[in-house]
Amino acid sequence: MLNSRLELDTLKKKALADIGSKEKRILVCAGTGCVANGSLKVFELFQQLLGEKPELAVSLALEKEHSHQGVSAHTSGCHGFCQMGPLVRIEPRGTLYCKVQPGDVAEIFEEHIINNRLVSRLLYHDDKNQLPIETQDEIPFYKNQFRVALANCGRIDPDDIKDYIAHDGYQPLAKVLFEMTPDEVIKEVLDSGLRGRGGGGFPTGRKWLFAREAGGEKKYIVCNGDEGDPGAFMDRSVMEGDPHRIIEGMMLAGYAVGADEGYIYVRAEYPLAVKRLHNAVETAVRYGMLGENILGSGFSFKVNIKEGAGAFVCGEETALIASIEGERGMPRPRPPFPAVSGLWGCPTVINNVETLANLPSIILKGAGWFSNIGVTTSTGTKTFALAGQVAHTGLVEVPMGLTLKEIVFDIGGGLRDNKVFKAVQIGGPSGGCLTREHLDLPLDYDSLQKAGAMVGSGGLVVMGEDTCMVEVAKFFMGFVQNESCGKCVPCREGTRGMLELLNRIANGSGTEEDLSLLEELALIVKDGSLCGLGKTSPNPVLTTLRYFRSEYEAHVRDKKCPAGVCKDLLDYRIDPSLCKGCGLCKKLCPADAISGERKEPHWIDLEKCIKCGTCISKCKFGSIVTN
Amino acid sequence: MSSNGKLTIDGLEIEIRGEKNLLELIRRAGINLPTFCYHSELSVYGACRLCLVETDKMGLVAACSTPPQEGMIVKTNTLRTRRLRKMVIELLLANHERECTTCSRSGRCKLQLLAQQLGVKEVRFGKRDKKLPLDLTSPAIVKDPNKCILCGDCVRMCKEVQGLGIWDFAHRGSKTVVTTAFNKELSDVACVNCGQCVSVCPTGALTVKSEIDKVWNAIHNPDQTVVVQIAPAVRVALGEEFGLGAEDVTGKIVAGLKLIGVDRVFDTLFAADMTTIEESNEFLERLAKNENLPIFTSCCPGWIKYCEQFHAELLPNVSSCRSPQQMFGSVVKKYYAKKLDKRPEEMFVVSIMPCVAKKFEAQRPEFTTEGAPDVDAVLTTVEIARMFKEASIDFTALANKAFDNPLGVGSGAALIFGASGGVMESVVRYVAGLTGGDEVGRIDFLPVRGMEGIKTASVEVNGRALQLAVVNGLGNTEKLISMIKSGEATFDAVEVMSCPGGCVGGGGQPDINDTVARTRRAGEIYEMDRVQQLHKPQDNYFVGKAFEEWFGGVNNQETHHAIHTTYVPRRRINGKPFIVNDSRSQPLRVSVCLGTGCYLRGAYDVIKEFNDLAENQGIAGQLELNGTFCLEKCDNGVSVNINDEIITGVSPENAGEVFKNKISPLVGKTSTKL
Repeated sequence: MLNSRLELDTLKKKALADIGSKEKRILVCAGTGCVANGSLKVFELFQQLLGEKPELAVSLALEKEHSHQGVSAHTSGCHGFCQMGPLVRIEPRGTLYCKVQPGDVAEIFEEHIINNRLVSRLLYHDDKNQLPIETQDEIPFYKNQFRVALANCGRIDPDDIKDYIAHDGYQPLAKVLFEMTPDEVIKEVLDSGLRGRGGGGFPTGRKWLFAREAGGEKKYIVCNGDEGDPGAFMDRSVMEGDPHRIIEGMMLAGYAVGADEGYIYVRAEYPLAVKRLHNAVETAVRYGMLGENILGSGFSFKVNIKEGAGAFVCGEETALIASIEGERGMPRPRPPFPAVSGLWGCPTVINNVETLANLPSIILKGAGWFSNIGVTTSTGTKTFALAGQVAHTGLVEVPMGLTLKEIVFDIGGGLRDNKVFKAVQIGGPSGGCLTREHLDLPLDYDSLQKAGAMVGSGGLVVMGEDTCMVEVAKFFMGFVQNESCGKCVPCREGTRGMLELLNRIANGSGTEEDLSLLEELALIVKDGSLCGLGKTSPNPVLTTLRYFRSEYEAHVRDKKCPAGVCKDLLDYRIDPSLCKGCGLCKKLCPADAISGERKEPHWIDLEKCIKCGTCISKCKFGSIVTN
Repeated sequence: MSSNGKLTIDGLEIEIRGEKNLLELIRRAGINLPTFCYHSELSVYGACRLCLVETDKMGLVAACSTPPQEGMIVKTNTLRTRRLRKMVIELLLANHERECTTCSRSGRCKLQLLAQQLGVKEVRFGKRDKKLPLDLTSPAIVKDPNKCILCGDCVRMCKEVQGLGIWDFAHRGSKTVVTTAFNKELSDVACVNCGQCVSVCPTGALTVKSEIDKVWNAIHNPDQTVVVQIAPAVRVALGEEFGLGAEDVTGKIVAGLKLIGVDRVFDTLFAADMTTIEESNEFLERLAKNENLPIFTSCCPGWIKYCEQFHAELLPNVSSCRSPQQMFGSVVKKYYAKKLDKRPEEMFVVSIMPCVAKKFEAQRPEFTTEGAPDVDAVLTTVEIARMFKEASIDFTALANKAFDNPLGVGSGAALIFGASGGVMESVVRYVAGLTGGDEVGRIDFLPVRGMEGIKTASVEVNGRALQLAVVNGLGNTEKLISMIKSGEATFDAVEVMSCPGGCVGGGGQPDINDTVARTRRAGEIYEMDRVQQLHKPQDNYFVGKAFEEWFGGVNNQETHHAIHTTYVPRRRINGKPFIVNDSRSQPLRVSVCLGTGCYLRGAYDVIKEFNDLAENQGIAGQLELNGTFCLEKCDNGVSVNINDEIITGVSPENAGEVFKNKISPLVGKTSTKL
């Protein structure tokens, strides 16, 4: 139980000394991706080996309290480089071993821990020259990153409050409690230029100011951890990898606006995040960092954890409030805004996980430090979830305003399998598609909005030349239609209408009228929907129409899918000059659509062909072609 | 947020007069922006998006949820707003079953109307992919999910005004539906059939279950004598269906019914006078004994079902009088039939009611005579209008006709049953007449009149100041009950009507059933009462005669059963009543848990102790003592189940005390639930 700032500082020194006393610290990534790839088994084996070598004065993760020196093993939160997992990081040098299998543990232990020799084959190898790179910071994927929100992810044990405290955790809170007035805190956040990282990009300080100025005794801080964009997982990584940072961010907000209670609305489909948040809240309460009279300052704060109700729309702030209140998660008309009348009618600040995770650093290092990162109207960093056909998938946190090219090619390593870059879908179903002409576009709130996309939660799906943009629009439209809460007509029925039109276009029955109807409808849904989810849902359609209109037109006019994706528009055909008549395709065809004599060119009966693609994938001579 | 000052709507400068939203102001300016989901009496929902307008500062906003601000420039008919409105309708039509010509709502459907009005000429999207089944299980309300446009009016009406929350949304996207909890059938949930959801439904998704065909069949059947009764609130609303407004059309209704072939046209007012007299006497009796107070009125079938489901503990307080509809049915089948030398099943009693719940009430199994229902069919105001239309009757041109006798006469006190407060006023008139004798003239008891949700008043009877409460709407009723329970307020009598404004606002009344319409109808009722010669129930000579002739006087125990009833606690989820037996014929059930935990704490000794005590007190025959398997209160055994109440912490040591306090007082006194 920490009763004063002094006790917090003492604990920090002790925790730092503990870490410093270790010759080596093994951090096994326990993010969802690595866990799925078997990282926990790796961790167990390290523990086991540490146990077998008492002469190393070993300390195990679970017994850290009593450790003095030597080596310790910890689980950590997500490192972000999920594609390379399970990841094992060894401090103090920051060596990063990739794709570590249980069978590799003994070797790492013997060579690295005991004999201080690198296990070269498990290091990351440079894409270009295939040379091994030892430390995490030197890997191109990390080199261009600038980590604020993710600073601790992968470097501390999320289940250990002392590890957090050792890394300056709760120092910002102590600073505001003892050195700053709430108004000064708000001013600091305003000056930092921090904008909401959940999608809208509303200035965080202004949101706080509204809530501070709203009357009423009871106010709430809500952490929006209902991350639902397909492919985005930055909030999950912070919640799993650095849960105390979120709690601290909420308390900073609470102190600033005068709230003494908060809710973390965490997506229930993130069981590990739920578990770690619960653990963090319990520990923080035990250490006196949550509860009454924190550090003797007179400030009290309570955090409740509410598991999400499983709907994408619950990420919309008024729907989220309804969901916490036990109602169906449906948005309510604004005004009144939550800052005036939110949870149970009280003034409520709702901040996204990543937004909150930035706050401790802003307070600690100052608004000036933060506003120097990024560009004028979009300060600080943004985490993007790189996915799709990019060489290196994972989480990257970069200063705002980095260009698309820098992210996709310098950090992401370009496209996989030598594919040619065609587009990115940025910001999930609310965002839009950007093309090659945007490669030099700085990724910040305003530039993206101008291009018809949005930062959104930061999903970044990279697509190569074999992606059909109609198909992409269809995918996101299907997602929004399934996730629409069904309240307002434009979103519920409009997305149904758009999906229907896209289906028509993709299956070849679309007309030019359908194309203009699609455009008309998209604008109406954008104009008329009740909440942000609905208003932004046409973005994928509008941007693909804007940048890839000819592709749509090919579907409609020529009944062709230029990318060769839309099945209904494909005809399979055997090039007689290439066919050797081996008969393999005939044998494998599930629809008996292929005929032909042995050693004679075969042919496909288009009436029977179901376009499953089996023949193409199996033909050794490349004789089966589509148009 | 409402400020004062001026703003501009389509170039017109308009003064803000405290309107809470732009929509009200725009409508005041003479621009009747269409909406599906806006109702001034319900919360702002903002879902239909038809009221979107363009503003100078905020861009496109929904007028319903935007507070007016001084200096605002509002445009209602711009390219964007017009395009949006048309598209909203087109999209709704695409996902709506468009069998308009055969829809019971055709001609009165708001969607149909707006499609016409906004000039939607084609639907460029595909039809619904799946036809969902209709819910026909309720005796009163039919749900056709294929016609629902998800405006949520029914959901909010049921939740906010009636406090029930029978309807809510389920699923997502275009598969969103309005349904009951766990998608149960409507007859299996706590719906009280008030029909308020029907009256706000803009389309044919929620409609009243029609009994028109049943009535035509009876009229065409020469072996049946069709007897009709007309409720008070019908006569001031039916005219609306024929463009006449809220005016008294009693004589036309009687004439119309005769034209379509009804044999006898009587008045529910007759039975309402009987109700007042019986109920007043019951009230006076309870006052004398000071028991089961406050007395709650029993005229409203929605309230009765509500009480049975949610406040079984108040059932002894509810007047045992049958509602006027059922008193009338009983009188016709039991007594009037004999006058005509007919068997009960040869009489076909039709009620014309402003109410949907009356359809449920008529089907309650206790309301029968020799196996035949006392009321065979219930038609709402809207249904009878439809029958007249079907028969091609020019309603407005009908010459007035008078009711048949003897059941066609009623007092003004009975007439006002149609408005909230009417029953209470009628009781006051009767009691005043009873205690004050012939000198008592007209009594207009104004405090209980009007549309307010909860009204209270006080009258002095025999030197005692009686506290009266009148409530309409079940949400208000629940508020009042919690006030009574918390001791915040004490009353001697409470009138409850489920529908806002009372029966004038019933679920079976014509469209546009808002406060304005209800107030007009109630006003007409009080106007009719003002000129009515028979003022108090006891002024009704025919009722007095009926009591003498058929019931051996007022409040006669012998004939009590014909006009009184009993109530049963009712399950909320499957709607079935609990069977409650008379305790004198049923032993009190006591079972002692013999699960491991309780066994170890001496459960067998407890049983033995109970058994010995019962023997000693000579009540062993009235006690059914059993052992039972685990009652799941293992941490706090021994557990004993007494009449479904589980008592924990019983031990051989305190068994005597438990027997004395918990068992002995119940033996032979309470009813037993099975």
